[in-house]
Amino acid sequence: MVKDQEFLKSKASYCLDLAKKMGATDASVTVGHSISETVNFRNKSLEASDRSDGLALSIETYLGKRRSSISSSNLLDENIKTLIDKCFETTKITPEDEFNSLPDKNLLAKQISSLNLYDETRFENDKKIKYLKDLEESASSDNQIINTESSFTENKSNFILANSDGFCGGYKTSSFSASCVTVAKDENSMERDYEFSSKRHLSDIKQATDLGYKAAKQTIRKLSPKKIGSEKISIIFDKRISKGMLSAFASAISASAIARGTSFLKDKIDQQVFANSINVIDKPDIIKGMGSQNFDSEGVNSNTLQLIQNGILKNYLVDTYNGKKLNLKSNGRSGGTTNLYFEKGNISYEDLMKKNSRSLFITETIGHGSNLVTGDYSVGATGFLVEDGEFKYPVNEITIAGNFKDMFKNIILANDLEFEYAVNSPTMMIEGMTVAGK
Amino acid sequence: MSNFFNKSDLTRQDADKIVSETLNNCDDGELYLEESKSESILLDDNKIKSSNYSSDLGFGFRAISNEVVAYSYSNEISKDSLKNSSENLKSTLKSIKGIYNHEIQKSNKKFYEDINPIEQKTLDSKLEVLNKVNDFLRKKDGSVKQVTASFAGEQKSIEIIRSGGEVLTDVRPLIRFNVSVMLEKNGRKETGVYGIGGRQSYDDYLKNDNWKNVCEEAFRIASVNLESKPAPAGEMKVVLGPGWPAILIHEAIGHGLEGDFNRKKTSAFHDLMGEKVASEGVTIVDDGTIDNRRGSLTIDDEGTPTERTVLIENGILKNFMQDRHNARLMNTRSTGSGRRENYRHIVLPRMRNTMMLSGNQTQDEMIKSVDKGIFAVSFGGGQVDITSGKFVFNCTEAYEINNGKIGSPIKGATLIGDGPSILKEVSMVGNDMMLDPGIGTCGKAGQGVPVGVAQPSILIDKMTVGGTKL
Repeated sequence: MVKDQEFLKSKASYCLDLAKKMGATDASVTVGHSISETVNFRNKSLEASDRSDGLALSIETYLGKRRSSISSSNLLDENIKTLIDKCFETTKITPEDEFNSLPDKNLLAKQISSLNLYDETRFENDKKIKYLKDLEESASSDNQIINTESSFTENKSNFILANSDGFCGGYKTSSFSASCVTVAKDENSMERDYEFSSKRHLSDIKQATDLGYKAAKQTIRKLSPKKIGSEKISIIFDKRISKGMLSAFASAISASAIARGTSFLKDKIDQQVFANSINVIDKPDIIKGMGSQNFDSEGVNSNTLQLIQNGILKNYLVDTYNGKKLNLKSNGRSGGTTNLYFEKGNISYEDLMKKNSRSLFITETIGHGSNLVTGDYSVGATGFLVEDGEFKYPVNEITIAGNFKDMFKNIILANDLEFEYAVNSPTMMIEGMTVAGK
Repeated sequence: MSNFFNKSDLTRQDADKIVSETLNNCDDGELYLEESKSESILLDDNKIKSSNYSSDLGFGFRAISNEVVAYSYSNEISKDSLKNSSENLKSTLKSIKGIYNHEIQKSNKKFYEDINPIEQKTLDSKLEVLNKVNDFLRKKDGSVKQVTASFAGEQKSIEIIRSGGEVLTDVRPLIRFNVSVMLEKNGRKETGVYGIGGRQSYDDYLKNDNWKNVCEEAFRIASVNLESKPAPAGEMKVVLGPGWPAILIHEAIGHGLEGDFNRKKTSAFHDLMGEKVASEGVTIVDDGTIDNRRGSLTIDDEGTPTERTVLIENGILKNFMQDRHNARLMNTRSTGSGRRENYRHIVLPRMRNTMMLSGNQTQDEMIKSVDKGIFAVSFGGGQVDITSGKFVFNCTEAYEINNGKIGSPIKGATLIGDGPSILKEVSMVGNDMMLDPGIGTCGKAGQGVPVGVAQPSILIDKMTVGGTKL
């Protein structure tokens, strides 16, 4: 069983008391406990089972404007004492930083509403095994599939965040995740693809057979790929790639990147950065949402933020420290976005596919090719050549490149948004990017 | 050396007994105990932004029967906790048979000292270096708009207890010093990053004001990029400089030669053993035994002494990298490549220091031989799809080559290639093999481990460059 709030609270207050006793002017502590159980299958038989049970503690101590932090997994009182002692000694010799402080008391979350983020259902390993058997049976029904690997993970967590200004809050969360990776082979090639489902509640997880079937289908269609020539072409991004683009945008508007001046979106508030049909929203209070939260990692209340309105940048993601540097109030985004999404567009997926007589549909990118300082983007890609709305043949060993500043202004979104993950996007088209191939 | 038994109700005898009882009828398994102490100190935006110390203690208990691995970890070292784990393992492995039948050789050779780098330099003197870095760079040039510098240090102590009471231990120091600088000129911003590190004390790397060299290099890379033009798009010849560009070898070849992917036949290399996979003259080794290197290990995380494993010899595929589990199932021996990020993770076969050895040509000859292509000197990172064999890596410093001469610098671009065939495109191997500066971290299945790479300059006849200029 995951440790209860009382246990975590008692550890947190022990830490705060100790820090105060040593002379810390302020302190903040997070105590968490997490239990996770995973079963792995390969080629229809059990491959591994893994259980983890972990406590984690992190403490920040302040002496005026001096601050330092420690973290540990060892919660024995004796160890905590040694660590806080070390932390406070370090604080004393760390230089002052005028922006260091606990969050503004008025911004702290006052109440915790239930977002239904915890499902206490225990999915016994035998049931996980049954699920994975069904999944792999379905995934391997086509004889071009030569390898299947799948897993089911159940996680239960609880945490407390407390600070010396009297904030003390925390709650339980759960997640259930199933995934399947399949490998297909024909005379020309071997290809891999995947499908997964991750939810707060067990009953919302995708059907095992659907998951397996989809993974296999997505893999088989990649067989015998061709390399295309280098050209400018309009690119359609599968949802799983377009949501990554949204994450890159979120990193570029973090108050830390803005304050340091290392973002291509610095000083762009109230300016057009996306096509004017685009709206981006970050909503923390979605019931059962994978990214939902009552407060951020500093205890600051988080409300829904409109980040992009009709293509115009309206907000950064602000935490206390960087907010002070920028003269902005924290908007409860220490730790990043919550449930981030593009509002859906007004063209159907089918119409988007047919918009150009020839386009490239990207299902996977590899490499770390996003430069958030310059906005330059260049990644390896895999996908399909689309002609007249139909997949013609699979394509690989190509790169796609552009600059976010131009790419964002040329985005067209389909109307197929679904709330599956913490970051969600409809299918996306960007015209005029460069493909490098033969 | 950590004593894992002096602060708990668990005695070594109890642990031995539980381990032997649990693993009695298994094919393999062990109790892995780990204590790590780490620090990170960061200067950013003219200030000491954070100073963090972390200590972590825990165990991972593994039991293997045939192909099935059961694993349980906890950060509470106690009799109850270990018994709980033991019950978990027993409940997974219901039908059991066999024993581990591959002898592991012993070695007393150590590749680094039992030091705690964190304790060997005072916090004050670390802060002093970081502040000097900041002042030095900001005074150096008016275009310097941002400076980030950091120290990261760690001491990890591990103990492995096998069924029958065999005990293996290791103490591993690791440090890294990193500088990143952002320049702004005529409205353009570019960054340059450089770092150094390995398994010695901070001061071993900072002798003779060596921090200045790190600053100069980061500044130089950023300056070059300020002048960069859009990179070309398409297939062309590529000359790679020596040292860190060997992440090409790591991504293109290394991952595909890890035992697990080949046992599962999901690697593009699984049926190529003994075949020609590279041009003649190309030899690649994975070596865990180089003194004080970031990727070196005295013993791996299963207790096997590391070694220098020849992967490709003169173009021919010779060996995969193995941990005990995959080696047993493939009826071969472990190459001392079993690694894990920490006690929370299972062991996987991983790289250590992956190196292409020197040939006898010069970088100059390579560049002169290219009519149109690029010369790539520094890289950010890479990734591979081991099944299709396609891999990428991102240039952070590169130049055009026109008619045998190095031309203008080009913007960061991704290079893409095909692992099993790229080494056949290597037409010249330089005589200038160099190790990287000690900054690599390899990610696999969510686990990061420190690694090294090395190579001489090489000429690749055909690779796709992912720029924007057609």
